[in-house]
Amino acid sequence: MSADGKITPSSLSIKDLHWQIDWNKDTCTLCGQCTAVCPVKAIELGVFRKRHVETPMGLSGKVTNRFSIFYGIRQKSEPKHACIGCAMCSQVCPNDAIIPRRSDEADKQRYHMDQGGQPMKRGGRRKAEGPGILDRIKFTRISMLTDPALDAGRHEFEIKTLLGRVLPPKEQIQRHLKGEWAPPVREIYPLVIGGMSFGALSPTMWEGLQMGVTYLNEEMGMPVRICTGEGGCPPRLLRSEFLKYTILQVASGYFGWDEIIHAIPEMKVDPCAIEIKYGQGAKPGDGGLLMWHKVNKLIAAIRGVPTGVSLPSPPTHQTQYSIEESVAKMIQSMSMAWGFRVPVYPKISASSTSLAVLNNLTRNPYAACLAIDGEDGGTGAAYNVSMNHMGHPIASSLRDCYKTLVEIGMENELPLAAGGGIGKNGNLAANAASLIMLGASMVQTGKYVMQAAAGCVGSESDRCNVCNLGICPKGITSQDPRLYRRLDPEHVAQRVVDMYVSFDTELKKIIAPLGRSTSLPIGMSDALGIDDRDAAERLDIKYMV
Amino acid sequence: MCRLFAITSEDPVSPMVALEALDVMREGHDGSGVGLFLRDLGGPFESMKDAPILSGIFTEAGLRRLDVKMMEKGFITKYKISFKLDKTPPSGVPKRDVYLIRAYEYPDDWEEWSWERKQTELTTIRLELRAMGEEKKDMIVFSFWPDVIMIKEIGDPLTVGRYLKLGANDIQARIVMAQGRQNTNYAINLYACHPFFVQGFSTMTNGENTAFIPIREFLQKRGFEGYMGFNSDSEVFTHILHYMQKELGLGMEFYKHIITPLAGDALASHANADLLTLLKQSCRRLIIDGPNCVIGSLPDHSLFMVQDRKKLRPGVIGGRPGIFAYSSEICGLDAAIPDRDKSKDFQPMYLDTAIVGPDRQEVQICRQTERLHLPH
Repeated sequence: MSADGKITPSSLSIKDLHWQIDWNKDTCTLCGQCTAVCPVKAIELGVFRKRHVETPMGLSGKVTNRFSIFYGIRQKSEPKHACIGCAMCSQVCPNDAIIPRRSDEADKQRYHMDQGGQPMKRGGRRKAEGPGILDRIKFTRISMLTDPALDAGRHEFEIKTLLGRVLPPKEQIQRHLKGEWAPPVREIYPLVIGGMSFGALSPTMWEGLQMGVTYLNEEMGMPVRICTGEGGCPPRLLRSEFLKYTILQVASGYFGWDEIIHAIPEMKVDPCAIEIKYGQGAKPGDGGLLMWHKVNKLIAAIRGVPTGVSLPSPPTHQTQYSIEESVAKMIQSMSMAWGFRVPVYPKISASSTSLAVLNNLTRNPYAACLAIDGEDGGTGAAYNVSMNHMGHPIASSLRDCYKTLVEIGMENELPLAAGGGIGKNGNLAANAASLIMLGASMVQTGKYVMQAAAGCVGSESDRCNVCNLGICPKGITSQDPRLYRRLDPEHVAQRVVDMYVSFDTELKKIIAPLGRSTSLPIGMSDALGIDDRDAAERLDIKYMV
Repeated sequence: MCRLFAITSEDPVSPMVALEALDVMREGHDGSGVGLFLRDLGGPFESMKDAPILSGIFTEAGLRRLDVKMMEKGFITKYKISFKLDKTPPSGVPKRDVYLIRAYEYPDDWEEWSWERKQTELTTIRLELRAMGEEKKDMIVFSFWPDVIMIKEIGDPLTVGRYLKLGANDIQARIVMAQGRQNTNYAINLYACHPFFVQGFSTMTNGENTAFIPIREFLQKRGFEGYMGFNSDSEVFTHILHYMQKELGLGMEFYKHIITPLAGDALASHANADLLTLLKQSCRRLIIDGPNCVIGSLPDHSLFMVQDRKKLRPGVIGGRPGIFAYSSEICGLDAAIPDRDKSKDFQPMYLDTAIVGPDRQEVQICRQTERLHLPH
């Protein structure tokens, strides 16, 4: 700071920031790649003046000063340029001369992220480190009597689930024999790529995911499905035979649905399903948000909106008055649009009122599923306060819903999909298996796919998480061609396949010792245990120490 | 692991035939308990095929409460078996007051009732008695059904059989199912001992059904009071059989399609793929898992065996026209029917349902991939 510099309330020192840049003058080649790559321009070329005091031995002459200049990296301390810890600087540095380091105490920048009265917004997940409840659940009912034991690598496993309203057996048989209509049911893989919109994700990321999913279906025989999120669907995909692998999402902004509806007569195949988004676990009670930075010409065209404006979806579907009415009308309308050939289901954020929606769906013969999204779910953009403080854990919300279905004998008729933080700590298969055994027919994950298939570096401890700004350094959530060209769709596709194939093996490694292979162990709660008495009681699983 | 043996014969046989066959297979079971199911009875019960027979174990006090209850309901004892027991039971067998096998006359007002109504009432009475017994720990009721006897006890099967003098008294049947082990997955409880019975359907299983909890939850809400107990993960095999036949009206050839449905190409290329796909979906909660060999008896006096989807448990059928036996091991078969054509012994595999019908002339094999006779 210069001698006549002013200190304002938001004048921060580097020490006040969450991330500090460690830079090594000795190894730096001054190539400038780090400053060029930094998504928030946290670092710039620094020109440093250095004074050398030269004192002759034995006081033989006067003490003199010599000044020199050296070049290096200077970290900015304004909140808008605060380092986000993405470490792209480290990634591009040829000599490993630079790396961001987390502050050794709670930062002060957090008090200044609301410049201009705008609360902080970001992408990513709820801020919460360490293992969650799902990570602590163990599979304890190892079947010693299964002799010979099942072999995850050798035996036949049926890792599939149903998406759609399943009729009770007697009614199912009668309708079949009489040739009457029955609700559409899809047999799919139980790990679904959750809704991430075209817009939230870059074109290369979307393309990579779609290619990966297609490969899994066509070459690996794994019926994996992907949800579009609320942002429409590229016209070519709508008219292609690959639409059958896609779940189209409609949400309160109805973005992209003009295009979709107009494409219906030209569709070669039906989509897998229609998901009606009422809520998102990461920000319950808040609608979708695509900030203006990302609304370029392509996104605007697909969504049917002008360019360069923020696209906040309303918190709920505005054309209707109550959730009951809304759910019923939307399901009916969407079912009708595709001639009652496509399963239609709502997705809600987990909440203490989830049961109200569930109870309503049990009385709606067209409801195909209930997707519940827990508080640990990710988002492309949301208010920080919503992400950190709103929401309900998925485990207990799902369990309540499943037990309610069991109580009324409808657990096979209305599948539950669970999402929100699956694999948050890397334990994708274990988390998924826990939720399935707690009662989920399938699980949805988005953030994990970004991490595993595209190298997203965002974290639950304030790293990166700038998905909302369109400056994703990996090109995953950016609409800037200079950024998203970094992401090769072919490589993303390959990683999607890697991820699914290894998930499949891990899931088998869990269920084989439990003696399960013939069907997915939905609701097999006797296999689960946890070292927390309250959690065990709440989830109705075994307490173990 | 337990061992199973069942026999169906034109001429009534003593249950000791089955217990001796179990005994030669004793390397495969721990001798911790025995369960017997007898149907199509001979001896004194031959002439009272319609009379409901109550099978169970009672204390003296329990017996008195039973008599009061049955009198209230208008049932009169028609015939009973008296077990002449040694004063001290053999080691490992608990001392009981009364092993009860008693045939009743229907109350007068039941005469006009349809068989359907009688079935419902007989089930209700059995469950009432069971509840009474569980309340005061003085009655254990296994079955209350015409032409059916069930005996269960803790202890070595052959020892129990000799103690009860099953070879000497009047108990003979054309269908005998025997299982040699107390269920040890859960608490020791005679209600957890195979075979299980509900409304004329009985099954016993060698294996472990790892999908037990979701199946139990599904069955409990089907609105039939007989789906209860659930003391063993194998009990649901009987319930599923009953549900399939009585509720869904599907024949025995559908059983495998319910408990271990076809998958992938085998399902897609089946002649009845549409129906079977829908059935697999709507009966998804009844899909069993784990290694299981199931032997069961149907109300029409058929005897069947099915295996799990991977055929992980032993099971063999052999015999000759007039007499066939189902056994976990061939040595059991050899003990019971030594003079048979062994080249015709059949070990059902993962797609097979093996049935010996009421005429006891042949083993019918129904493969899951075959076209089905559709219900109407």
